[in-house]
Amino acid sequence: MELTLWTYEGPPHVGAMRIAASMEGIHYLLHAPQGDTYADLLFTMIERRGQRPPVTYTTFQARDLGGDTAELVKGHISEAVERFNPDALLVGESCTAELIQDQPGSLASGMGLNVPVISLELPAYSKKENWGAAETFYQLIRGLLQEKANDHSGHNPTAWKEQGRKPTVNLLGPSLLGFRCRDDILEIRKLLNENGIDVNVVAPLGATIADLKRIPKSDLNICLYPEVAESVCSWLERNFGMPFSKTVPIGVGATEDFIKEVRELLEMPQQKNESTDKSKLTWYSQSVDSNYLTGKRVFIFGDGTHAIAAARIAQKELGFEVVGLGTYSREMARPTRAAAEKLGLKALISNDYLEVESAIAEAAPELVLGTQMERHIAKRLGIPCAVISTPMHVQDVPARYSPQMGWEGANVIFDTWVHPLMMGLEEHLIGMFRHDFEFTDGHQSHLGHLGGQAHQEVVQPEKQSQDIDDLHDAEQSLPIWTSEGKEALAKIPFFVRGKVRRNTEKYARQAGCRNIDSETLYDAKAHFKA
Amino acid sequence: MSPNVTNLNKDQKINMSGTTLLKESGPREVFCGLTSIVWLHRRMPDAFFLVVGSRTCAHLIQSAAGVMIFAEPRFGTAILEEKDLAGLADAHEELNRVVKDLLNRRPEIRTLFLVGSCPSEVIKLDLSRVAQQLTHAYKGRVQVLNYSGSGIETTFTQGEDGALSALVPLMPEENSNNQEQLLIVGTLANAVEDRLKTLFQRLGISNVASLPPRKSSELPSIGPKTKVLLAQPYLSNTARLLKDKGAEIVEAPFPLGVEGSELWMRAAGKAFNINESLLNKVLDPLIARGVKALEPYKEKLSGKKVFLLPESQLEIPLARFLHRECGMQLIEVGTPYLNREMMECELKLLPENTRVVEGQHVEKQLDRVKEENPDLVVCGMGLANPLEAENISTKWSIELVFSPIHGIDQASDLAELFARPLQRNELLDNKISSIN
Ligand code: SF4
Repeated sequence: MELTLWTYEGPPHVGAMRIAASMEGIHYLLHAPQGDTYADLLFTMIERRGQRPPVTYTTFQARDLGGDTAELVKGHISEAVERFNPDALLVGESCTAELIQDQPGSLASGMGLNVPVISLELPAYSKKENWGAAETFYQLIRGLLQEKANDHSGHNPTAWKEQGRKPTVNLLGPSLLGFRCRDDILEIRKLLNENGIDVNVVAPLGATIADLKRIPKSDLNICLYPEVAESVCSWLERNFGMPFSKTVPIGVGATEDFIKEVRELLEMPQQKNESTDKSKLTWYSQSVDSNYLTGKRVFIFGDGTHAIAAARIAQKELGFEVVGLGTYSREMARPTRAAAEKLGLKALISNDYLEVESAIAEAAPELVLGTQMERHIAKRLGIPCAVISTPMHVQDVPARYSPQMGWEGANVIFDTWVHPLMMGLEEHLIGMFRHDFEFTDGHQSHLGHLGGQAHQEVVQPEKQSQDIDDLHDAEQSLPIWTSEGKEALAKIPFFVRGKVRRNTEKYARQAGCRNIDSETLYDAKAHFKA
Repeated sequence: MSPNVTNLNKDQKINMSGTTLLKESGPREVFCGLTSIVWLHRRMPDAFFLVVGSRTCAHLIQSAAGVMIFAEPRFGTAILEEKDLAGLADAHEELNRVVKDLLNRRPEIRTLFLVGSCPSEVIKLDLSRVAQQLTHAYKGRVQVLNYSGSGIETTFTQGEDGALSALVPLMPEENSNNQEQLLIVGTLANAVEDRLKTLFQRLGISNVASLPPRKSSELPSIGPKTKVLLAQPYLSNTARLLKDKGAEIVEAPFPLGVEGSELWMRAAGKAFNINESLLNKVLDPLIARGVKALEPYKEKLSGKKVFLLPESQLEIPLARFLHRECGMQLIEVGTPYLNREMMECELKLLPENTRVVEGQHVEKQLDRVKEENPDLVVCGMGLANPLEAENISTKWSIELVFSPIHGIDQASDLAELFARPLQRNELLDNKISSIN
């Protein structure tokens, strides 16, 4: 049993819903109680979808449990098939139905329906949402393509040469409730087109059953989101001999590597490096006013793919110092650990929100790159933050074109990461000038205020910021700040204040000081610079 | 207008008090009772709600709450894992461990609600036993209670009924020192509660208590000197338990709208033998002001067609308000569950032949929505945008349980909630033709 206050991922059947809702012509029969219908709002509210997800919930009740729940399931199946007339039917169960073992998948298969049935077994008590999405995508592809596996065993990724046509690839992994998938696809399609490569199938987002059947016809698979597509890509490699690319093109360097990898797999000649012309990130980062970004301490947490990509960009392309790297995704623990090790860090692999919060507080970063959870953590700690990964909120699904991948993705990343830091600087200036008469309390940036969500107006935050006294309650045996020391600390710009406070306290403890005044603060500063 | 109700179950069609009561079954689209934790935990800041359930349950509450701004919220989920399902004895022990960790971490908790879910009900986890043991272990420090918010037994607001029912046995019995008291039952916004208390005081009813109280550890007394006035329509079990304790349940419509609130207050006045002239003196100016404040909204809403999908059990009183005070035409009034006895006063106030549907077949109901093309649909969050995408204005029912809408003074605010989507619809020049 695990105590959870906030969860990064939903249950695995929500992953299955993401696949079903991403595609056209699929229906998902979910054996589940009525409350589980909440999952619809993830799509209609967060993604602002104007269609309900294609899901029929059996909504069984306690009084049904004494009777024949199998008949109830069958009734819902035939009604759903008749009403929605899907090209394929996914059948599965949520946590509660798993316990009563009606086996809706085999029930559906035994009904002689005139539609392919894919039965999903997604263990709700050990697995989570992203796993559920990957497994569903895999079962779907396997269910549809298994029989054809033998015909295609002699796959040749360079067949395009002999056939005198452009090479073609599939983009696998983009889904609803993924991070910026809609825009990433456009960007990658453009990038590939520039390289003379055609996109054959994009799946699951926007794909039909017929599209999925066309997957083996392409020369190469692009594993765009490993969380969702890696198992499918490996299966296609094993059974169809289709190779797949593994580089996720987020950031300038990774986009270059991606092009190289794809061209290599397709045996296309390599091209001259031209990325500095393609993305403004490189120049913006080099330009003189980016000097203030040097060594900014950044804490990164998210799904594995986005967190690892962010670490590379932060360190190699923006000149930040990565002070923390982690993921909530156990499936991505290994590569995340490796990436952290390279940075001299120990990766934080956890889905315990409180653990993440204390790791951030401990690292005292100047910028947090995370999910919507970390946004709230950062807000409470008064640290600027940009969202780089799911789970996300409605504000992370922007109306404008804002990919993360490719050249334009790098531009978007530059803007979204640097902007909160600039706001931080403005805040500092306001702090410096706050005694001037032009500055009244009303003049503040968005930092320190709550966002404009409807419910946020209703719910009051419990702790918006922590002052020194609060922290003393939490950690005992800390040296005590004199009022003169507190005043000196208050004059330090807020975005480094946390770090200074921690360093000073650490120093005071080492030096055996009981009281911290402004002298201790300067001593500590000198000590840590030395 | 001839509503097509052919797909409703005619066998179960009953005429009562002029309304047409129908039942429907099929796939439903409603929250489960866990959802009420979202407002209950705010009402009683010294209580903690620990759901014993699955990741689905944790995800539901988090998604229904919409945002996440508490560092450590006063609710959480003890997520069952594979090993808990293997052996029940272990699950009880595990729960003990989780609770102990939690209580050590959060010493400010006075009342801990163990909230049952579908999985905990199906594997027959005995939460009441665990609650008893823990109460004993934390004697004097924390009271541990249990109720079920599971989706196989409860919808949405019924969770509050469960939580309040769990509190009733702890309410102290009245003794000879106690005076007559009025007990308002059902969560109200604090400001609304204060206002209503002031008004009751003007009527000469000075001894007014609330369930749930603002502090879970300060429960009002209960017994024959208590007269219960229900502020929310979904508390049938709580009402029954209070009656068993000797309290009198005052029958009245619910305090939504000027009329409902007036009748509600008058019923209390009558129960306390307050004379008619004092009642009139206090209420008449409020009513006049309330009716006046309603006018601009009535203008917008009058003649418009409204369709209420079942979710909060507030649907019937809301329909009564929207029709009688705002002039709206009622197409269909859905309710997840209908307690005829509790709703009798309300049903009587609905116009002849109002189609009241208990239960749901969400697909067929949405077919009827499209057929009738209403001006406004009251529905859950999952359905709102898909209807908006068909250019049908909507109002989220969850907003109605979060907003201060009770009482005469709030009637115009309540009307405004329904008028806003319509007004917005008029303001916007462009409408979408197709999306996604
Ligand atoms: S319906 Fe049951 S399983 Fe689903 S969230 Fe509610 S209590 Fe949990």
